[in-house]
Amino acid sequence: HSPLVFSSHNSSGGSTLLGYIGIDTIIEQMRKKTMKTGFDFNIMVVGHSGLGKSTLVNTLFKSHVSRKSAGWARDEKIPKTVEIKAVSHVIEEGGVKMKLTVVDTPGFGDQINNDNCWEPISKYINEQYEKFLKEEVNITRKKRIPDTRVHCCIYFISPTGHFLRQLDTEFMKRLSHSVNIIPVIAKADTMTLEERQEFKQRVRKELEVSGIEFYPQKEFDEDMEDKSDNDKIREAMPFAVVGSDKEYQVNGKRVLGRKTAWGIVEVENPNHCEFAQLRDFLIRSHLQDLKEVTHNIHYETYRAKRLNENGGLHPISSSDTQESNL
Amino acid sequence: ILDRASINRMRVSVCVSLKQRNLEGYVGFANLPNQVYRKSVKRGFEFTLMVVGESGLGKSTLINSLFLTDLYSKDYPGPSQRIKKTVQVEQSKVLIKEGGVQLTLTIVDTPGFGDAVDNSNCWQPVINYIDSKCEDFLNAESRVNRRSMPDNRVHCCLYFIAPSGHGLKPLDIEFMKRLHDKVNVIPLIAKADTLTPEECQLFKKQIMKEIQEHKIKIYEFPDTEDDDDNKLIRKIKEKMPLAVVGSNVVIEVNGKKVRGRQYPWGVAEVENGEHCDFTVLRNMLIRTHMQDLKDVTNNVHYENYRSKKLAAVTCNGVDTSKTKGQLTKSPLAQMEEERREHVMKMKKMEAEMEQVFEMKVKEKKQKLKDSEAELERRHEQMKRNLEAQYKELEEKRRVFEEEKANWEAQQRILEQQKLDASKTMEKNKKKGKIF
Repeated sequence: HSPLVFSSHNSSGGSTLLGYIGIDTIIEQMRKKTMKTGFDFNIMVVGHSGLGKSTLVNTLFKSHVSRKSAGWARDEKIPKTVEIKAVSHVIEEGGVKMKLTVVDTPGFGDQINNDNCWEPISKYINEQYEKFLKEEVNITRKKRIPDTRVHCCIYFISPTGHFLRQLDTEFMKRLSHSVNIIPVIAKADTMTLEERQEFKQRVRKELEVSGIEFYPQKEFDEDMEDKSDNDKIREAMPFAVVGSDKEYQVNGKRVLGRKTAWGIVEVENPNHCEFAQLRDFLIRSHLQDLKEVTHNIHYETYRAKRLNENGGLHPISSSDTQESNL
Repeated sequence: ILDRASINRMRVSVCVSLKQRNLEGYVGFANLPNQVYRKSVKRGFEFTLMVVGESGLGKSTLINSLFLTDLYSKDYPGPSQRIKKTVQVEQSKVLIKEGGVQLTLTIVDTPGFGDAVDNSNCWQPVINYIDSKCEDFLNAESRVNRRSMPDNRVHCCLYFIAPSGHGLKPLDIEFMKRLHDKVNVIPLIAKADTLTPEECQLFKKQIMKEIQEHKIKIYEFPDTEDDDDNKLIRKIKEKMPLAVVGSNVVIEVNGKKVRGRQYPWGVAEVENGEHCDFTVLRNMLIRTHMQDLKDVTNNVHYENYRSKKLAAVTCNGVDTSKTKGQLTKSPLAQMEEERREHVMKMKKMEAEMEQVFEMKVKEKKQKLKDSEAELERRHEQMKRNLEAQYKELEEKRRVFEEEKANWEAQQRILEQQKLDASKTMEKNKKKGKIF
């Protein structure tokens, strides 16, 4: 605290102001700035084909932002190796611009032999960190480094109702330390509510046993408030979601849903599925936190590892970098 | 390789050759079907059903729903509840009775199929199982005492496709390609309540397209002479692959008790034709086509296995008509084969004879060589003998010469002596006179 002439100390340690200074306008200033610059958000969806990844992303951002809408035909053949396809869109809401990049991974888990199908994904994530690191390390840096790092990876779990598949645990184990993983149970309308609860319990237990730290990670909770919020969320994860981009009329309202012969599954109805919870969590409360954790923790881990390696970053001036880490 | 079409053609050709005669009274063999029926009922029936698919696709639930029993209950959880590292093949037998008819139902489950990260060859245990059952039947058929021939062959394989909504996975295609000529494969779309009706239609079309693309031969319903039946069959064919939902939980809907799944937005009824194709599957599998499945297994898949197995065992020279009978080979083909065999036999004999000849020639040569060597040896020996004798002779001669020389020397000395003696006598004589 810098003691101001107009302040006086009180016992709790904070200074009470004797007049209005206007410090709180900084929030408004920040807001204006952010609105002007806009921000980037990169989301990756992983899961084998047919789990509704593209549909869910479209539903989340209420627009056709997925690869599927960008001209992918319905009967496109399953690729032989895992491909990484990134599609970017700029969406705007309330004056705030967001450059949303959806990274899709077709071919994941679809082959007969799926050994190492997580490698292309791991490589892509590390490449984005590398790009950012290179920009950061430059002598003349850009004012705003373009951020292509993956902020969040949504992993789609197949709704078998029994256990996690071997591929799921393998993937999450390997990638939970380089990116924020949010597991979701796809196509939740396959299961009744009881089945869903049982399945969730089992999945959570398995994730715990395998030591997989999904986002929000317990170790990064900053204070008690965060902890209690995040604990509630962790209890409810993995969210069982249903996606849809079609609208139907229910009780006079137009809702997003899936129409089956025995009823309409409402996507945003919390009694039907947990999509609304996922959306609130992902976008309305933890979007900035996801970016921060990616930048402060995952990226820093990568950077430290990289700079500690032999050779450093500039192989040309190898004699310098062998002693000093830049 | 036989298939259903060729068997039908053969049947037709046999029937055409008989003339139909009219009866002049009631004979009574119209009762024959009843006799067959009564005998079969006494014997009881056997049926083996195999279910294949990744875990969590509702296979156990579907089996329970189909046969209205709890084959897999809470106390004995289905194989998918237990985590498996490799593909196992497990069978469970159940005896079901209904209306006096006994059915020994064997359910073969394949837990662990498609669950690992690397699923290459996960179909191999399944193929091995089917082949081993066919082999058991083949051995039982070939025995001398054939009193009891239990039929454990797999009559039908239900393959569960995950309801992705896109198409077949590489694993699905690979599996069906390898099993379509060993067993009747019926593909099903599992957990069909995941899909909306439009998605389901698109998915079915996509699957059928891929099945045709890869030339997979799934089980085909036979055409009957009855037109009504044919219409039904055509309707069923349009619905393939069948989209099923399984459940044994009874829920009340509009006052009616139905089996279904309760969701917050409604109840998906298992036996409702609008909701899923479960009733179609059940009727087809149990009520109308069970016998046909067994027949096709026996006449087509088993015969294919048998001919392949026995053709591999028989070698040249054995009577080939034992293996298949007259059904498969046309006379020309048989002649061709016999000719080929004969030519091969001749070739073999020729080769053998040549071999023998070669051997004999070698022997003779060897013998000659031996005798030559012998002669050589003897010649040497004789030469040596000769030389020895020659040497001896030389020696003797030398000795003789020596002796001769000695004797001559002695003779000369004697001569000299004689001369000397005579000279002295002469001298003495002269001396004597002088005096």
